[in-house]
Amino acid sequence: MITYDFEKPIVELEKKISELRKYAAEVNIDAATELGSLERKRDVLSQEVYAGLEPFQRVQVARHPQRPYLQDYLRLLCTDFMELHGDRRFADDQALLGGFATLAGRRVLVLGHQKGRDVKENMRRNFGMAHPEGYRKALRLMTLADRAGLPIVSFIDTPGAYPGIGAEERGQAEAIAVNLRDMIGLGVPVLCVVIGEGGSGGALGIGIGNRVLIMENAYYSVISPEGCASILFRDAKRAAEAATALKLTAKDLLQFGIVEEIIAEPIGGAHRHPEHAAQLVKAALVRHLDELCAMPPDALRQQRYEKFRRVGVFSEA
Amino acid sequence: MSLFSRIRRRRPPIPDGLWLKCQSCAEIIYVKALNENFKLCPKCNHHYLLSARERIDLLCDADSFSEMDAVMLPGDPLNFVDAIPYPEKQAKAREKSGENEALVTGTGTIEAIPFALGVMDFTYIGGTMGSVVGEKAARLIELARDRRLPLLIVSASGGVRMHESIIGLMQMAKTSGALFYYKQAGLPFLSLLTNPTTGGTTASFASLGDIILAEPNALIGFAGPRVIKQTIRQDLPKGFQSAEFLLEHGMIDMVVPRPQLKATIAGLLRYLLRLPVEAPPEPAPAAASAA
Ligand SMILES: [Zn+2]
Repeated sequence: MITYDFEKPIVELEKKISELRKYAAEVNIDAATELGSLERKRDVLSQEVYAGLEPFQRVQVARHPQRPYLQDYLRLLCTDFMELHGDRRFADDQALLGGFATLAGRRVLVLGHQKGRDVKENMRRNFGMAHPEGYRKALRLMTLADRAGLPIVSFIDTPGAYPGIGAEERGQAEAIAVNLRDMIGLGVPVLCVVIGEGGSGGALGIGIGNRVLIMENAYYSVISPEGCASILFRDAKRAAEAATALKLTAKDLLQFGIVEEIIAEPIGGAHRHPEHAAQLVKAALVRHLDELCAMPPDALRQQRYEKFRRVGVFSEA
Repeated sequence: MSLFSRIRRRRPPIPDGLWLKCQSCAEIIYVKALNENFKLCPKCNHHYLLSARERIDLLCDADSFSEMDAVMLPGDPLNFVDAIPYPEKQAKAREKSGENEALVTGTGTIEAIPFALGVMDFTYIGGTMGSVVGEKAARLIELARDRRLPLLIVSASGGVRMHESIIGLMQMAKTSGALFYYKQAGLPFLSLLTNPTTGGTTASFASLGDIILAEPNALIGFAGPRVIKQTIRQDLPKGFQSAEFLLEHGMIDMVVPRPQLKATIAGLLRYLLRLPVEAPPEPAPAAASAA
């Protein structure tokens, strides 16, 4: 597992703990007291480190290659998943998946970005960067869910919509724009959760929810810190500074009223305890779904529009 | 000259001097000739940037435009500082563009047809979309819906303004959402894309026109050419992301040279509003049909 600099003291302690445990077992001594104290020390340290993360360090956690992705949540949260494929126009985008799923006894449509775990899978998944056909597939499935009366759960985790020749030729901008417009019109609950990277228009393209939740170490921004640094600070190496300036952390987003709730992560981040993280996500999803399912279609549309309509900071003389 | 180098070059406003060197064909042209020719180069037809006010004068019947929300000013929700603090950037942009923000909205008539009009001004922070652009656009769309007016928005924009980050990004959702209700009311939205229209502006209202028009050779895209080039590490095809390229790929309806814009838009509106057909002109002399 990749270890970031700020995680090193925690990893050191973990190594000590496992060495002591192994040694105690080998020589058959009781090390419970020492182990307990080391574990407590590790938990306190983890909590301290994670509470004090700089914005760019959170971005790093959000990008951790072992962080749970959509398919992990599907496996850990859902008792069934029937994937549906294709946009009926060009291709089946493997960077954005969707299908029917059963979540805590509820039938829903789940969709979201999917990154790859290794180089080979990332070739297929395009690092979670969807093409227009991904956004068009998403809308096709959401429209279907609307007709079937199924609530929609959208998992956001993308560095951004893919910037490439084919994407431009096939109307990346139009695909996203149409989603932004037509998601407002869905008569079923739409619940979004940013589980990793909320990369600009590529995230928003499946992000028009009645409620938008975000995990503690996820981020959501108009541009990547690196992109912002290279444009505004003329130096991509100033990404950490840009991450701070962009106010992209879960806490910032809650303060701005962009998200309704922060889903806490297990100490040490979701990548260290995926099962625990999934349980916390599940509890939040079920609670919000239950509330939204009580709303009639028109109220859902209206509330969704109002949520985005009211965002903006300006003055009128 | 490649599109890539064309858009990277800084473009100073046209000076008051008597002549200038065309930035496209490098011929010497008289400023007066340029101004009398819709700001098109008389030699190569290059479409120079129009300010929002020049665009309004071009499209609206004389003195018909009535502006809304003229005094709406942006805040600084992130306390953003790059080279200078964002409020200072706003002040400089106001001075440079003569506008309070990057979008001017209002109502007017075009060939006597009442319509709602929004025009972006690229000179104000690259026509970027922040809270004010989003709010003014949403109010314009809502007003057009309430008064059952056709709607035209003229885009010229570098996308969402980074200085407002996530709040800027959400303006894409706000404007597109307003267009959902506008569309539901059965009213026509025309989108005119001018050089350049990119990023979150293209990925929201600018791409949602029932009919999409563009000026010749305008750069139009989601990602900017530089970002794409960096990502794919290849040269971009000739004419990539030009208005003509989008037309060829089925993304827009028409490429319309500036002198024909007003008549074209009014002509489209007459169809969309099903206005009565005017009496046809006198038939041509019979000889004309013999050939
Ligand atoms: Zn010229």
